[in-house]
Amino acid sequence: MLKTFQKGGVHPHENKLSANKPIQPIDPPAKIFIPLSQSLGAPSKPVVKKGDEVKAGDILAIGEAFISSNIHSPVSGKIEKIDDYFDVSGYRKPAIFIEVTGREWNESVDLSDELKEDIILDGASIIQKVKELGIVGLGGATFPTHVKLMVPQGKKAELLIINGVECEPYLTSDHRLMLEKPREIITGTRILMKALGVTKAIIGIENNKPDAINLLSKHASSYPGIEVCALKVKYPQGGEKQLIQALTGREVPSGKLPIEVGCIVQNVGTTFAVYQAIQKNKPLVERVVTVTGTNVLNPSNFLVKIGTPVSVLLEKAGWQPEKSGKVIAGGPMMGKALLNVEVPIVKGTSGILVLNREESFRFKVQPCIRCAKCVSACPMGLEPYYLARVSEIEKYDLAENGAILDCIECGSCQYICPSARPLLDHIRLGKLKVNENIRSRNQ
Amino acid sequence: MNPLIVSGSPHIHGEMTIKSIMWGVVIALLPAWLAGVWFFGIAAVIVTLVSIASCVLFEFLIQKFVLKQETTINDGSAVVTGLLLAMNVPSSLPWWQVVIGSLVAIGIVKMAFGGLGKNLFNPALVARVFLLISFPVAMTTWPLPIESRANVFNFDGVTGPTPLGSLKTQLAMGQTLAQIKLPSYTDLFWGNIGGSLGEVSAIALIIGGIYLLYRKIITWHIPVSYILTAFIFSGILWLVNPNRYADPIFHILAGGLLIGAIFMATDLVTSPMTAWGKIIFGIGCGVLTIVIRVFGAYPEGVSFAILIMNAFVPLIDRAFKPKRFGEVK
Repeated sequence: MLKTFQKGGVHPHENKLSANKPIQPIDPPAKIFIPLSQSLGAPSKPVVKKGDEVKAGDILAIGEAFISSNIHSPVSGKIEKIDDYFDVSGYRKPAIFIEVTGREWNESVDLSDELKEDIILDGASIIQKVKELGIVGLGGATFPTHVKLMVPQGKKAELLIINGVECEPYLTSDHRLMLEKPREIITGTRILMKALGVTKAIIGIENNKPDAINLLSKHASSYPGIEVCALKVKYPQGGEKQLIQALTGREVPSGKLPIEVGCIVQNVGTTFAVYQAIQKNKPLVERVVTVTGTNVLNPSNFLVKIGTPVSVLLEKAGWQPEKSGKVIAGGPMMGKALLNVEVPIVKGTSGILVLNREESFRFKVQPCIRCAKCVSACPMGLEPYYLARVSEIEKYDLAENGAILDCIECGSCQYICPSARPLLDHIRLGKLKVNENIRSRNQ
Repeated sequence: MNPLIVSGSPHIHGEMTIKSIMWGVVIALLPAWLAGVWFFGIAAVIVTLVSIASCVLFEFLIQKFVLKQETTINDGSAVVTGLLLAMNVPSSLPWWQVVIGSLVAIGIVKMAFGGLGKNLFNPALVARVFLLISFPVAMTTWPLPIESRANVFNFDGVTGPTPLGSLKTQLAMGQTLAQIKLPSYTDLFWGNIGGSLGEVSAIALIIGGIYLLYRKIITWHIPVSYILTAFIFSGILWLVNPNRYADPIFHILAGGLLIGAIFMATDLVTSPMTAWGKIIFGIGCGVLTIVIRVFGAYPEGVSFAILIMNAFVPLIDRAFKPKRFGEVK
């Protein structure tokens, strides 16, 4: 019997069209722009100015706040300007625009493919370097990794969990990375274990990726502290709290972080980035991005420089604009629909999914028939129909009592709803308002 | 290039729709309905057609002329109500009484409360009880299963009491259970007994229930807690005095308990939302059914039991919340 999380969950079609496509590096276009807000928390502060020459790997902006991260240049070139661009939602956000002149790297970066397994740095220096080189969570939430590695006083980390679940349909970037860089990921895992001072790590992978499970198990076998665990396929298993429960049976208390139950969760992509930072001195300037969709001619996994516009990737994969309705940054369950395709790939972009025009529209909303599917699908044990309803009629105190802030916005409720009700739309708004209310109460 | 479409996530939707649920219920009801046609002949088909047609028509007319809203007859819910109503009345019921039942179900119980999803009570059950009170003779004149296949087209078949009916009247006449001749378990199991046209065949209803569970249209909580409670409660009574109280297997197989537990109490709109709420609801239905059957004036208590528990659903939903992930007390 395979492990999985206890409550709720759904089974969308997997549609992993690009699972067999090797990771393919692609060149950046002549001009790229790097948003200054690429991680959770405060935007980074630029340390370059117009006209400066930079090399690939040079620092562009620093994260000054506690929750913030450094940003490096993915290319060598000239700073054209620091200006606003329209982000995926159509808001103005600051970015550094770079004219690409070449591919020269900062000399300190080791560009060889040679595997380096010996870890020289001690724990504190590892965390310091992870911070300097701008590593953030690549699973999508982009939480600065160094903050996650600093265990708060009074808490103790016992277990490192590496998230190789990739439960979103269509996405295959983590899967490919596990197949192509298994030893780097195992080394990255050991680095993270050292930084946290833990002796045990579990790599959780869903059972629809048996090749990755076998490969990582093989490479992990020489390290007794690292275990690879196959999981039953169920969405949203990649959710931090769900994954911890699936692997350990522990429940992270409401409103608390995983460290409360002694766990730290890192995505496999992040683990690879940590390997590159610590062993190769390479900052986070590129990532694997799946570009996929049923009308995309060559669904692919690309190794992409941060700042490359989405349109470049779409052209490369052979999308058919006339047949396309939605372009989504991320997966179909939690991804964000793009307003235009000229936005850049950022650290948190795990995939670009193109939906056909026909599948881009929502179904007609019908009355709630109280079927309770949303209640049984909710992985957090909430009552989505109720939270959506009280948010809709602006009874935010009831929403707060109904634990609306526990919602992880996985979308299972809206996915399963036979009446196609926009449950998550209302719940998102409700969360926003409840957070506002809490802030004004605390003032 | 076409402008891009944007909306919040999720961007894909599961296969289940109201339509697929309603037609799933219809498919699940088919075995029991076919058993009814087998035992009661062409009259059962006529009652069903009248019931479905009038339910759909009333919904259409009320939406078009009274509420002036877009019609929803395509969602299949009126068909389900019509089919359930037909399966809960005797196949000998005059057609115009069936039409009145449909008007009560759709007009009063469903549309007056705001249409699909808004009704507090199960439309088909309220209609059945309305007919039972308005036309007590027609609603308790039960055709008996056809003796010979030649009589399939015969509308004036032999009538007689249901097993629960004969139990009640003969107990009232002072007889003990040993003296009362009740149908065999085999007849109860296959449905070779008098009763409403869709309630007689236990095996056909159970097949339908398994299909509903397989399609994930219902969960096990209500049928299991309902049937188990009725079994335990009637079992205790039977152990106390087997001369006075029928055995639990008889109670489960006879009358409307199975159609009630599998199809009527599980009506999505009028049952609770959480697992524990559903179990409590089922227990309430089970206790009330046996109380009415054994101590009440009516031989059968399923409709009343479910309707009474329907009224408790808002309270049950308030009291029984799902267990939250990582809940801090």
